[in-house]
Amino acid sequence: MPFHWLILILIALGAAGYLAGRKRALASADGDVRQLHSLPAYYGWNVVISTLVPALGALVLWLVLQPLLIENRVSNLLPQELIPEGSSAGLVMSDVRRLATGLDKAVAENVLTAQQANSMRPELSDIRARLGEVGVALGSDVRPEVMRAAQAYRRATASGTRLMGFCVLGLAIIGLVLSVSRTSRDFWARNAVERAVMALLIAAASIAILTTLGIVLSMLFETRNFFSLHSWTDFFFGTTWAPNFRGDSELSILPLLWGTLYISFIALAVAVPIGLFAAIYLSEYAGKATRSFAKPLLEILAGIPTIVYGLFALLTVGPMLVNFFGRGSDGVLGVDWMAGATSVLTAGVVMGIMLIPFVSSLSDDIISAVPQSLRDGSFGLGATRSETIRQVVLPAALPGIVGAILLAASRAIGETMIVVMGAGAIAKFSLNPLESMTTITTRIVSQLTGDTDFASPETLVAFALGLTLFVLTLGLNILALYIVRRYREQYE
Amino acid sequence: MNDMSRLAGSAIDVETPKILARNVNVFYGDTHAIRDVNVDIANNTVTAFIGPSGCGKSTFLRCLNRMNDTIDSCRVTGSMRLDGEDIYDKRVDPVQLRAKVGMVFQKPNPFPKSIFDNVAYGPKIHGLARSKSDLEEIVERALRRGALWDEVKDRLHAPGTGLSGGQQQRLCIARAVATEPEVLLMDEPCSALDPIATAQVEELIDELRRNFSVVIVTHSMQQAARVSQNTAFFHLGQLVEFGETGQIFTNPEDPRTESYITGRIG
Ligand SMILES: Nc1ncnc2c1ncn2[C@@H]1O[C@H](COP(=O)(O)OP(=O)(O)OP(=O)(O)O)[C@@H](O)[C@H]1O
Ligand SMILES: [Mg+2]
Repeated sequence: MPFHWLILILIALGAAGYLAGRKRALASADGDVRQLHSLPAYYGWNVVISTLVPALGALVLWLVLQPLLIENRVSNLLPQELIPEGSSAGLVMSDVRRLATGLDKAVAENVLTAQQANSMRPELSDIRARLGEVGVALGSDVRPEVMRAAQAYRRATASGTRLMGFCVLGLAIIGLVLSVSRTSRDFWARNAVERAVMALLIAAASIAILTTLGIVLSMLFETRNFFSLHSWTDFFFGTTWAPNFRGDSELSILPLLWGTLYISFIALAVAVPIGLFAAIYLSEYAGKATRSFAKPLLEILAGIPTIVYGLFALLTVGPMLVNFFGRGSDGVLGVDWMAGATSVLTAGVVMGIMLIPFVSSLSDDIISAVPQSLRDGSFGLGATRSETIRQVVLPAALPGIVGAILLAASRAIGETMIVVMGAGAIAKFSLNPLESMTTITTRIVSQLTGDTDFASPETLVAFALGLTLFVLTLGLNILALYIVRRYREQYE
Repeated sequence: MNDMSRLAGSAIDVETPKILARNVNVFYGDTHAIRDVNVDIANNTVTAFIGPSGCGKSTFLRCLNRMNDTIDSCRVTGSMRLDGEDIYDKRVDPVQLRAKVGMVFQKPNPFPKSIFDNVAYGPKIHGLARSKSDLEEIVERALRRGALWDEVKDRLHAPGTGLSGGQQQRLCIARAVATEPEVLLMDEPCSALDPIATAQVEELIDELRRNFSVVIVTHSMQQAARVSQNTAFFHLGQLVEFGETGQIFTNPEDPRTESYITGRIG
């Protein structure tokens, strides 16, 4: 049974269940809604939920588990000698899958009959050519073992899918019958629906949490691999970042961390004052009209992809800074402090511009949340606007603003594109903002892109770097959330 | 104009009124909240505003120190003079005006600062204290006048927002008194106070009268009768009757005043 039919039948069962539940509930109360424990619609929804939720749950589970089980079974069919030297079972299995989908397609387009597809022997017919007709290109001639495995794969998939249809429909019908038979005027359908809604919300929340957990675990796993190949003292306490492929790389996070923090610091030094002042202007001084166009305009800045900011750094800000601080006597200042366009200052300034709307829009919300009665109290004592802002509004909003700044900082630390394009790629300790430096994020990218071998410390170090970055930003975010929450309590 | 003649007739012990309001109208957008109100606030007296909820007492009170300027939709017309000077004149700085005409709001609104800093806020802004000990003295005196000193003297550096509702109300009174205004506008200053604290605040009001004018909004007829010399009765945005308190409470001219005082409308 095709998949979409299954879904359509489930929907139809659900709709029928809704009507049946409603009708039965009304009938049990002789048509008088007030005799029912819950409104009739709740009885209907209760039936829908009991019909669809177990069925759909089983469907999802089946769709996830079936390919895993079948692959496991089929790969056992492949003889060991089939796997060439330096290759893995996974590669052969992907051949099998390819061939299986090719056969499916050929059957669907009537190039082969289902009979032929199941019995075809590669020794006797040219499968490559036949499949080529339907647009499935196979890399090499098909070996008989692979062909047999592909046919087994198809058979298992077909019977599994058939079985899935029966099970899912069976569950739906059982749910429908059970819940309809339970429907009566004393059944607490409203509470049952309430519980189902809660379960749905819990499921959504746990998916989010489990994903995070999964990310952390996979990083942890790879990081452990890295530390079994490379000493952790060098990683955390070394002073040089110099990966090479001779096996004696020095992989220390410290120079990268320094670059990251330095660039983030400059970015915040740009973004915090400008963003904060903009927020104060918007929330305290600007009229309704100005506010209604300036605020969205600022928020558009937040929507610009960071790669565009990167281009801006590379093409505009970098050369402009060189014009000021470099080029010797040709430059504006007549000094030669800056060699190339990429520097800590370039990346920091552009990243700061990127963070302005972030800081200003968060702070604006926080400042606007300070109750008007506090401002009135201050005005009523004869304070001016700026005195009121400085002495009453900002102190009241300060924890929230600090939270906003910390969130901006964790964005700065995690930012990649602007740094790739604006800061250069040299890992070093230096206080000079006109030199190139590099950050943790850009090194992760460069260690993982290109021709990489996933068993060398030079590659695996990316995971250790990533995990450190994750811990760093997580810590900042937790701190920010903690501060923001404390601030909320003040007005409640 | 009927109002005017009555005013003239009951022009009591006042030579030059501190505040003189004529034909005041207030609009919130299209709502006409105050209609043609004429009131004189005399020197060294307590004036009580009474009237049913929503009749515009707070609105009118806020006109007297231009607090309505902070509400975008609010528009005020008419003339209002403080010591003969039009307070809605362009040359008048509302900030200066509010230092002279202080206000205690209907809802207590302590700043999220310490009790001490709440009270010291006004004196600091206006440079009233010459030294730290001077400031401490001002704060203590204000808190004593606000009948709060005994309760908070051991925790002056605890946050003002941590006080009880009634304590916050007295803190706001102390805060307003600390700036030494010439006129003090009090919007229901005793609404959350127990009888003892209320008596203390009333005592304070009586004491303030010696040097300043006080305007108090209250829903308690007894309080109005106890503390005020003049009473204004508002109803639906209009000033129904304004005169000597004794006169209003014993022998009101308008039947609406009488029914409000005796509890039949409101
Ligand atoms: N900020 C505002 N915006 C619009 N309308 C307002 C505003 N403040 C007050 N009003 C309206 O003006 C009228 C008078 O309100 P006001 O607050 O002066 O009443 P009040 O006499 O002080 O009442 P209460 O005794 O309940 O405090 C009311 O009808 C109210 O709805
Ligand atoms: Mg009021």
